[in-house]
Amino acid sequence: MLAGGQSLVPMLHMRLVRPVALVDIHRAADLDFIEFTPEGESVRIGAAVRHADLLRHPVLGARLPVLREAVAHVAHPAIRNRGTAVGSVCHADPAAEMPAVLALLDGEVEVLGAAGLYTVPADAFFLTYFTTVLPPEDVAVALRLPLPAPGTGQAFMEVARREGDFALVGAAACLRLDADGRVAEARLAFCGVGDTPVRAREVEAQLAGTVPSAAAWREAGAAAAAHLEPESDAHASAAYRREVAAYLAARVLEAAHRRAEGAFGADGRGGAAG
Amino acid sequence: MAIQTVERTGRPRKVPVTFTVNGELREVWVEPRRTLLDALRIDLGLTGTKEGCDHGNCGACTVIVDGRAVYSCLTLAVSCEGASIETVEGLSRPGRLHPIQQAFLERDAFQCGYCTPGQIMSAKALLDRRPDPSPEEIREAMSGNLCRCGAYPRIVEAVRAAAAALRAEGAGEGGARA
Repeated sequence: MLAGGQSLVPMLHMRLVRPVALVDIHRAADLDFIEFTPEGESVRIGAAVRHADLLRHPVLGARLPVLREAVAHVAHPAIRNRGTAVGSVCHADPAAEMPAVLALLDGEVEVLGAAGLYTVPADAFFLTYFTTVLPPEDVAVALRLPLPAPGTGQAFMEVARREGDFALVGAAACLRLDADGRVAEARLAFCGVGDTPVRAREVEAQLAGTVPSAAAWREAGAAAAAHLEPESDAHASAAYRREVAAYLAARVLEAAHRRAEGAFGADGRGGAAG
Repeated sequence: MAIQTVERTGRPRKVPVTFTVNGELREVWVEPRRTLLDALRIDLGLTGTKEGCDHGNCGACTVIVDGRAVYSCLTLAVSCEGASIETVEGLSRPGRLHPIQQAFLERDAFQCGYCTPGQIMSAKALLDRRPDPSPEEIREAMSGNLCRCGAYPRIVEAVRAAAAALRAEGAGEGGARA
Protein backbone atom coordinates (compact mmCIF):
# COMPACT_ATOMS: atom_id res chain seq x y z
CA MET A 1 0.00 0.00 0.00
CA LEU A 2 1.50 3.28 -1.12
CA ALA A 3 0.25 6.80 -0.48
CA GLY A 4 3.20 9.19 -0.32
CA GLY A 5 5.83 6.49 -0.79
CA GLN A 6 8.41 8.33 1.31
CA SER A 7 9.03 5.31 3.51
CA LEU A 8 8.07 2.52 1.14
CA VAL A 9 10.13 3.62 -1.86
CA PRO A 10 13.37 3.77 0.19
CA MET A 11 12.52 0.29 1.47
CA LEU A 12 12.08 -0.85 -2.13
CA HIS A 13 15.46 0.69 -2.97
CA MET A 14 17.09 -1.17 -0.11
CA ARG A 15 15.26 -4.39 -1.06
CA LEU A 16 13.84 -4.52 2.46
CA VAL A 17 10.44 -5.19 0.92
CA ARG A 18 9.71 -6.88 -2.38
CA PRO A 19 5.97 -6.58 -2.83
CA VAL A 20 4.23 -8.65 -5.47
CA ALA A 21 1.69 -5.88 -5.90
CA LEU A 22 1.52 -2.25 -4.94
CA VAL A 23 -1.70 -0.29 -4.55
CA ASP A 24 -1.29 3.46 -4.89
CA ILE A 25 -4.01 5.31 -2.98
CA HIS A 26 -2.62 8.84 -3.22
CA ARG A 27 -5.24 9.91 -5.71
CA ALA A 28 -8.20 8.55 -3.71
CA ALA A 29 -10.14 11.80 -3.32
CA ASP A 30 -12.31 10.48 -0.48
CA LEU A 31 -9.17 9.89 1.61
CA ASP A 32 -7.99 13.46 1.12
CA PHE A 33 -9.67 15.23 4.02
CA ILE A 34 -8.86 17.07 7.22
CA GLU A 35 -12.12 17.38 9.08
CA PHE A 36 -13.17 18.33 12.56
CA THR A 37 -15.79 16.05 14.09
CA PRO A 38 -19.18 17.74 14.55
CA GLU A 39 -18.76 18.10 18.32
CA GLY A 40 -15.29 19.55 17.76
CA GLU A 41 -13.64 17.00 20.05
CA SER A 42 -11.25 15.60 17.47
CA VAL A 43 -9.83 15.97 14.00
CA ARG A 44 -9.80 13.24 11.35
CA ILE A 45 -6.92 13.12 8.89
CA GLY A 46 -7.39 11.01 5.77
CA ALA A 47 -4.77 8.65 4.35
CA ALA A 48 -4.07 10.81 1.29
CA VAL A 49 -3.26 13.92 3.38
CA ARG A 50 0.37 14.90 3.11
CA HIS A 51 2.48 16.41 5.88
CA ALA A 52 2.67 19.67 3.93
CA ASP A 53 -1.15 19.81 3.87
CA LEU A 54 -1.18 19.66 7.67
CA LEU A 55 1.27 22.57 7.90
CA ARG A 56 -0.68 24.64 5.38
CA HIS A 57 -4.10 24.07 6.93
CA PRO A 58 -5.55 27.42 8.04
CA VAL A 59 -6.67 26.43 11.56
CA LEU A 60 -5.29 22.97 12.34
CA GLY A 61 -2.02 24.34 13.74
CA ALA A 62 -3.87 26.54 16.21
CA ARG A 63 -6.32 23.83 17.22
CA LEU A 64 -3.67 21.14 17.69
CA PRO A 65 -0.29 22.82 18.27
CA VAL A 66 1.57 19.62 19.08
CA LEU A 67 0.75 18.25 15.64
CA ARG A 68 2.07 21.36 13.90
CA GLU A 69 5.29 21.31 15.91
CA ALA A 70 5.82 17.62 15.30
CA VAL A 71 5.12 17.82 11.55
CA ALA A 72 7.62 20.66 11.21
CA HIS A 73 10.27 18.17 12.40
CA VAL A 74 9.30 15.54 9.81
CA ALA A 75 12.20 15.34 7.37
CA HIS A 76 12.49 18.14 4.78
CA PRO A 77 9.99 20.06 2.63
CA ALA A 78 10.27 17.71 -0.37
CA ILE A 79 9.51 14.71 1.83
CA ARG A 80 6.64 16.53 3.54
CA ASN A 81 5.22 17.38 0.11
CA ARG A 82 4.69 13.67 -0.63
CA GLY A 83 4.72 11.78 2.66
CA THR A 84 1.48 11.26 4.56
CA ALA A 85 0.68 11.29 8.28
CA VAL A 86 -1.25 8.02 8.05
CA GLY A 87 1.62 6.44 6.14
CA SER A 88 4.12 7.51 8.79
CA VAL A 89 1.96 5.96 11.52
CA CYS A 90 1.64 2.70 9.55
CA HIS A 91 5.38 2.62 8.84
CA ALA A 92 5.80 2.69 12.64
CA ASP A 93 9.39 3.86 12.77
CA PRO A 94 9.81 4.30 16.54
CA ALA A 95 11.95 7.41 15.95
CA ALA A 96 9.25 9.09 13.84
CA GLU A 97 7.17 12.00 15.06
CA MET A 98 3.64 11.04 13.94
CA PRO A 99 3.41 7.78 15.92
CA ALA A 100 4.47 9.69 19.06
CA VAL A 101 1.75 12.30 18.49
CA LEU A 102 -0.85 9.56 18.03
CA ALA A 103 0.32 7.92 21.27
CA LEU A 104 0.45 11.21 23.18
CA LEU A 105 -3.13 12.11 22.30
CA ASP A 106 -4.54 8.58 22.67
CA GLY A 107 -5.62 8.91 19.07
CA GLU A 108 -7.09 6.15 16.98
CA VAL A 109 -6.41 4.64 13.59
CA GLU A 110 -9.46 4.07 11.40
CA VAL A 111 -8.99 0.91 9.38
CA LEU A 112 -10.95 -0.54 6.51
CA GLY A 113 -11.02 -4.33 6.50
CA ALA A 114 -12.99 -6.94 4.60
CA ALA A 115 -15.72 -6.81 7.28
CA GLY A 116 -15.91 -3.03 7.25
CA LEU A 117 -14.53 -0.08 9.17
CA TYR A 118 -13.00 -0.49 12.62
CA THR A 119 -10.75 1.61 14.85
CA VAL A 120 -7.59 0.72 16.74
CA PRO A 121 -6.49 2.84 19.70
CA ALA A 122 -2.90 4.11 19.63
CA ASP A 123 -1.71 2.00 22.56
CA ALA A 124 -2.84 -1.18 20.77
CA PHE A 125 -1.61 -0.19 17.31
CA PHE A 126 2.20 -0.34 17.56
CA LEU A 127 3.77 -3.75 18.21
CA THR A 128 7.49 -3.21 17.68
CA TYR A 129 9.93 -1.71 15.18
CA PHE A 130 8.13 -1.06 11.88
CA THR A 131 5.33 -3.39 12.94
CA THR A 132 1.70 -2.66 13.71
CA VAL A 133 -1.39 -4.77 14.34
CA LEU A 134 -2.63 -3.87 10.86
CA PRO A 135 -3.17 -7.09 8.85
CA PRO A 136 -1.63 -6.87 5.39
CA GLU A 137 -5.02 -6.98 3.68
CA ASP A 138 -6.47 -4.05 5.66
CA VAL A 139 -6.04 -0.35 4.93
CA ALA A 140 -5.58 2.47 7.42
CA VAL A 141 -7.87 5.17 6.05
CA ALA A 142 -7.61 7.92 8.67
CA LEU A 143 -6.20 9.07 11.98
CA ARG A 144 -8.49 10.44 14.65
CA LEU A 145 -6.67 12.86 16.97
CA PRO A 146 -8.45 14.33 20.02
CA LEU A 147 -8.24 18.11 20.29
CA PRO A 148 -7.09 19.67 23.56
CA ALA A 149 -9.64 20.73 26.14
CA PRO A 150 -9.69 24.37 27.28
CA GLY A 151 -6.76 25.28 29.49
CA THR A 152 -4.42 22.83 27.80
CA GLY A 153 -0.93 23.53 26.50
CA GLN A 154 1.02 21.26 24.19
CA ALA A 155 4.57 21.03 22.94
CA PHE A 156 6.84 18.81 20.86
CA MET A 157 10.64 18.98 20.71
CA GLU A 158 13.35 16.71 19.43
CA VAL A 159 17.08 16.33 19.19
CA ALA A 160 18.51 15.04 15.91
CA ARG A 161 22.00 14.93 14.42
CA ARG A 162 20.88 17.23 11.62
CA GLU A 163 17.74 19.25 11.06
CA GLY A 164 15.26 16.95 9.31
CA ASP A 165 16.80 13.67 10.43
CA PHE A 166 14.82 11.17 12.41
CA ALA A 167 14.88 12.10 16.07
CA LEU A 168 17.56 10.63 18.29
CA VAL A 169 14.99 11.43 20.93
CA GLY A 170 11.74 13.35 20.66
CA ALA A 171 9.36 14.32 23.45
CA ALA A 172 5.80 15.59 23.43
CA ALA A 173 3.65 16.86 26.26
CA CYS A 174 0.08 17.92 26.95
CA LEU A 175 -0.72 19.75 30.14
CA ARG A 176 -4.18 20.79 31.31
CA LEU A 177 -4.50 23.08 34.31
CA ASP A 178 -7.40 23.38 36.70
CA ALA A 179 -8.88 26.69 37.88
CA ASP A 180 -6.27 26.91 40.67
CA GLY A 181 -3.39 26.50 38.25
CA ARG A 182 -2.61 22.94 39.37
CA VAL A 183 -2.00 20.15 36.91
CA ALA A 184 -5.37 18.62 36.08
CA GLU A 185 -3.98 16.24 33.51
CA ALA A 186 -0.49 15.59 32.17
CA ARG A 187 0.61 13.54 29.18
CA LEU A 188 4.15 12.78 28.13
CA ALA A 189 5.33 10.71 25.17
CA PHE A 190 8.67 9.95 23.54
CA CYS A 191 9.97 8.76 20.22
CA GLY A 192 13.38 7.27 19.51
CA VAL A 193 13.75 5.55 22.88
CA GLY A 194 12.19 2.14 22.34
CA ASP A 195 10.72 -0.18 19.76
CA THR A 196 7.45 1.81 19.68
CA PRO A 197 6.44 5.31 20.76
CA VAL A 198 6.49 5.38 24.56
CA ARG A 199 4.06 7.02 26.99
CA ALA A 200 5.33 7.90 30.47
CA ARG A 201 2.08 6.94 32.21
CA GLU A 202 3.49 6.61 35.73
CA VAL A 203 4.95 10.09 35.59
CA GLU A 204 1.72 11.43 34.10
CA ALA A 205 -0.20 10.01 37.08
CA GLN A 206 2.32 11.46 39.54
CA LEU A 207 2.02 14.92 38.01
CA ALA A 208 -1.76 15.07 38.28
CA GLY A 209 -2.82 17.42 41.09
CA THR A 210 0.65 18.86 41.63
CA VAL A 211 1.65 22.51 41.65
CA PRO A 212 3.62 23.39 38.50
CA SER A 213 7.26 24.38 38.95
CA ALA A 214 10.52 24.17 37.07
CA ALA A 215 11.73 21.65 39.63
CA ALA A 216 8.63 19.52 39.06
CA TRP A 217 9.33 19.35 35.34
CA ARG A 218 12.97 18.41 35.92
CA GLU A 219 11.98 15.68 38.37
CA ALA A 220 9.28 14.41 36.02
CA GLY A 221 11.75 14.31 33.16
CA ALA A 222 14.31 12.42 35.20
CA ALA A 223 11.68 9.96 36.46
CA ALA A 224 10.31 9.38 32.97
CA ALA A 225 13.79 8.84 31.54
CA ALA A 226 14.64 6.37 34.29
CA HIS A 227 11.82 4.14 33.07
CA LEU A 228 13.02 4.19 29.46
CA GLU A 229 15.06 1.42 27.91
CA PRO A 230 16.53 2.99 24.80
CA GLU A 231 18.97 1.07 22.65
CA SER A 232 22.47 2.06 21.65
CA ASP A 233 23.09 2.32 17.95
CA ALA A 234 25.44 4.01 15.51
CA HIS A 235 23.80 7.37 16.17
CA ALA A 236 23.74 7.54 19.96
CA SER A 237 24.30 5.46 23.07
CA ALA A 238 21.45 4.39 25.31
CA ALA A 239 22.86 6.52 28.13
CA TYR A 240 22.93 9.60 25.93
CA ARG A 241 19.38 8.98 24.75
CA ARG A 242 18.18 8.66 28.35
CA GLU A 243 19.90 11.89 29.32
CA VAL A 244 18.42 13.74 26.34
CA ALA A 245 14.98 12.29 27.08
CA ALA A 246 15.08 13.65 30.64
CA TYR A 247 16.09 17.08 29.40
CA LEU A 248 13.54 17.19 26.57
CA ALA A 249 10.73 15.95 28.81
CA ALA A 250 11.37 18.80 31.23
CA ARG A 251 11.48 21.25 28.33
CA VAL A 252 8.21 20.13 26.73
CA LEU A 253 6.41 20.05 30.08
CA GLU A 254 7.62 23.56 30.81
CA ALA A 255 6.58 24.81 27.36
CA ALA A 256 3.20 23.09 27.60
CA HIS A 257 2.66 24.66 31.00
CA ARG A 258 3.55 28.13 29.74
CA ARG A 259 1.06 27.74 26.92
CA ALA A 260 -1.61 26.32 29.18
CA GLU A 261 -1.26 29.38 31.40
CA GLY A 262 -1.44 31.61 28.33
CA ALA A 263 -4.45 29.78 26.96
CA PHE A 264 -6.31 29.53 30.21
CA GLY A 265 -9.42 31.66 30.11
CA ALA A 266 -8.30 33.27 26.85
CA ASP A 267 -9.80 31.72 23.73
CA GLY A 268 -10.50 28.42 25.42
CA ARG A 269 -8.74 26.47 22.72
CA GLY A 270 -5.52 25.75 24.53
CA GLY A 271 -1.94 26.16 23.44
CA ALA A 272 -2.78 28.51 20.63
CA ALA A 273 -0.06 30.88 21.70
CA GLY A 274 2.62 28.37 20.69
CA MET B 1 -4.56 3.41 -8.75
CA ALA B 2 -2.07 1.01 -10.30
CA ILE B 3 -2.29 -2.69 -9.63
CA GLN B 4 0.01 -5.26 -11.11
CA THR B 5 0.80 -8.82 -10.16
CA VAL B 6 3.88 -10.70 -11.24
CA GLU B 7 5.56 -13.97 -10.56
CA ARG B 8 8.15 -13.62 -7.83
CA THR B 9 10.91 -14.48 -10.23
CA GLY B 10 9.73 -12.50 -13.24
CA ARG B 11 10.17 -8.91 -14.20
CA PRO B 12 7.07 -6.80 -13.83
CA ARG B 13 5.30 -5.94 -17.05
CA LYS B 14 5.81 -2.42 -18.32
CA VAL B 15 2.87 -0.06 -18.24
CA PRO B 16 2.31 3.23 -20.05
CA VAL B 17 2.45 6.46 -18.05
CA THR B 18 1.64 9.85 -19.47
CA PHE B 19 2.70 13.10 -17.87
CA THR B 20 3.79 16.56 -18.86
CA VAL B 21 7.50 17.33 -18.62
CA ASN B 22 8.41 20.99 -18.93
CA GLY B 23 5.16 21.69 -20.74
CA GLU B 24 5.49 18.81 -23.19
CA LEU B 25 3.20 15.76 -23.03
CA ARG B 26 5.33 12.61 -22.74
CA GLU B 27 4.45 8.93 -22.61
CA VAL B 28 6.86 6.39 -21.17
CA TRP B 29 6.55 2.63 -20.76
CA VAL B 30 7.97 1.72 -17.38
CA GLU B 31 7.97 -1.09 -14.88
CA PRO B 32 5.76 -0.01 -11.96
CA ARG B 33 8.84 -0.04 -9.73
CA ARG B 34 10.59 2.54 -11.92
CA THR B 35 11.29 5.78 -10.07
CA LEU B 36 10.47 9.11 -11.63
CA LEU B 37 14.22 9.82 -11.47
CA ASP B 38 15.06 6.82 -13.68
CA ALA B 39 12.14 7.55 -16.00
CA LEU B 40 13.44 11.10 -16.51
CA ARG B 41 17.12 10.21 -16.85
CA ILE B 42 17.01 6.84 -18.60
CA ASP B 43 13.70 6.71 -20.46
CA LEU B 44 13.50 10.38 -21.44
CA GLY B 45 17.22 11.20 -21.52
CA LEU B 46 16.77 14.22 -19.26
CA THR B 47 20.00 13.85 -17.31
CA GLY B 48 19.94 17.33 -15.78
CA THR B 49 18.21 15.82 -12.76
CA LYS B 50 20.95 14.11 -10.74
CA GLU B 51 21.02 10.86 -8.85
CA GLY B 52 22.79 11.34 -5.54
CA CYS B 53 21.93 9.03 -2.69
CA ASP B 54 18.84 7.41 -4.26
CA HIS B 55 17.37 7.20 -0.74
CA GLY B 56 15.76 10.59 -0.21
CA ASN B 57 18.60 12.03 1.86
CA CYS B 58 20.46 14.41 -0.43
CA GLY B 59 17.98 16.28 -2.66
CA ALA B 60 20.09 16.11 -5.84
CA CYS B 61 17.11 14.59 -7.67
CA THR B 62 14.60 17.30 -6.67
CA VAL B 63 12.05 18.12 -9.36
CA ILE B 64 8.72 19.94 -9.19
CA VAL B 65 5.56 17.82 -9.48
CA ASP B 66 2.28 19.72 -9.69
CA GLY B 67 3.89 22.79 -8.17
CA ARG B 68 5.62 21.10 -5.25
CA ALA B 69 9.27 20.13 -4.83
CA VAL B 70 9.64 16.35 -4.55
CA TYR B 71 12.49 13.88 -4.54
CA SER B 72 12.19 12.05 -7.86
CA CYS B 73 14.12 9.09 -6.40
CA LEU B 74 11.32 8.55 -3.87
CA THR B 75 8.51 8.97 -6.38
CA LEU B 76 7.36 6.13 -8.60
CA ALA B 77 6.84 7.13 -12.21
CA VAL B 78 3.45 5.41 -12.26
CA SER B 79 2.32 7.68 -9.41
CA CYS B 80 2.79 10.65 -11.75
CA GLU B 81 0.10 9.75 -14.29
CA GLY B 82 -1.36 13.05 -15.51
CA ALA B 83 1.05 15.12 -13.43
CA SER B 84 2.88 18.25 -14.51
CA ILE B 85 6.61 17.83 -13.96
CA GLU B 86 9.26 20.55 -14.10
CA THR B 87 12.95 19.73 -14.34
CA VAL B 88 16.05 21.89 -14.61
CA GLU B 89 15.97 21.46 -18.40
CA GLY B 90 12.75 23.45 -18.56
CA LEU B 91 14.09 26.63 -17.00
CA SER B 92 16.23 28.41 -19.56
CA ARG B 93 15.06 30.04 -22.78
CA PRO B 94 17.25 30.05 -25.92
CA GLY B 95 20.24 32.24 -25.16
CA ARG B 96 18.95 33.16 -21.74
CA LEU B 97 19.28 31.42 -18.42
CA HIS B 98 16.46 31.46 -15.89
CA PRO B 99 17.04 34.15 -13.23
CA ILE B 100 17.66 31.46 -10.61
CA GLN B 101 20.33 29.84 -12.80
CA GLN B 102 21.83 33.25 -13.53
CA ALA B 103 21.94 34.09 -9.83
CA PHE B 104 23.66 30.78 -8.98
CA LEU B 105 26.33 31.61 -11.57
CA GLU B 106 26.81 35.21 -10.52
CA ARG B 107 26.91 34.41 -6.79
CA ASP B 108 29.20 31.40 -7.16
CA ALA B 109 26.58 29.29 -5.42
CA PHE B 110 28.30 25.97 -6.17
CA GLN B 111 31.68 24.34 -6.55
CA CYS B 112 31.30 20.90 -8.11
CA GLY B 113 27.75 21.63 -9.26
CA TYR B 114 26.34 18.16 -8.74
CA CYS B 115 23.69 19.27 -6.26
CA THR B 116 22.88 22.41 -8.22
CA PRO B 117 19.95 21.20 -10.38
CA GLY B 118 18.20 20.00 -7.22
CA GLN B 119 19.03 23.22 -5.39
CA ILE B 120 17.64 25.25 -8.26
CA MET B 121 14.40 23.27 -8.43
CA SER B 122 13.85 23.61 -4.67
CA ALA B 123 14.49 27.33 -5.03
CA LYS B 124 12.01 27.57 -7.88
CA ALA B 125 9.30 25.73 -5.94
CA LEU B 126 9.86 28.18 -3.08
CA LEU B 127 9.89 31.33 -5.22
CA ASP B 128 6.81 30.24 -7.19
CA ARG B 129 4.97 30.16 -3.88
CA ARG B 130 6.75 32.95 -1.99
CA PRO B 131 8.26 35.66 -4.18
CA ASP B 132 10.03 37.42 -1.31
CA PRO B 133 11.19 34.83 1.23
CA SER B 134 13.32 35.66 4.26
CA PRO B 135 16.76 34.04 4.57
CA GLU B 136 15.24 31.80 7.25
CA GLU B 137 12.48 30.66 4.89
CA ILE B 138 15.06 30.02 2.19
CA ARG B 139 17.17 27.88 4.52
CA GLU B 140 14.09 25.93 5.60
CA ALA B 141 12.84 25.40 2.03
CA MET B 142 16.33 24.31 0.89
CA SER B 143 17.10 22.22 3.97
CA GLY B 144 16.54 18.97 2.09
CA ASN B 145 19.24 19.77 -0.48
CA LEU B 146 22.70 18.84 0.68
CA CYS B 147 25.78 20.53 -0.75
CA ARG B 148 28.89 18.62 0.21
CA CYS B 149 31.05 21.45 -1.11
CA GLY B 150 29.44 23.61 1.54
CA ALA B 151 28.23 26.45 -0.67
CA TYR B 152 25.25 27.11 1.60
CA PRO B 153 25.84 30.83 2.31
CA ARG B 154 26.20 31.52 -1.41
CA ILE B 155 23.13 29.43 -2.18
CA VAL B 156 21.01 31.52 0.19
CA GLU B 157 22.47 34.67 -1.37
CA ALA B 158 21.73 33.40 -4.86
CA VAL B 159 18.11 32.57 -4.00
CA ARG B 160 17.62 36.04 -2.53
CA ALA B 161 19.16 37.61 -5.63
CA ALA B 162 17.01 35.45 -7.89
CA ALA B 163 13.90 36.40 -5.93
CA ALA B 164 14.71 40.10 -6.44
CA ALA B 165 15.37 39.54 -10.15
CA LEU B 166 12.12 37.61 -10.60
CA ARG B 167 10.14 40.29 -8.78
CA ALA B 168 11.69 43.00 -10.96
CA GLU B 169 10.98 40.94 -14.05
CA GLY B 170 7.43 40.22 -12.88
CA ALA B 171 6.84 43.93 -12.34
CA GLY B 172 8.20 44.63 -15.84
CA GLU B 173 6.05 41.99 -17.51
CA GLY B 174 2.98 42.39 -15.36
CA GLY B 175 3.91 39.15 -13.58
CA ALA B 176 3.44 37.07 -16.71
CA ARG B 177 6.59 34.96 -16.76
CA ALA B 178 5.83 31.41 -17.88
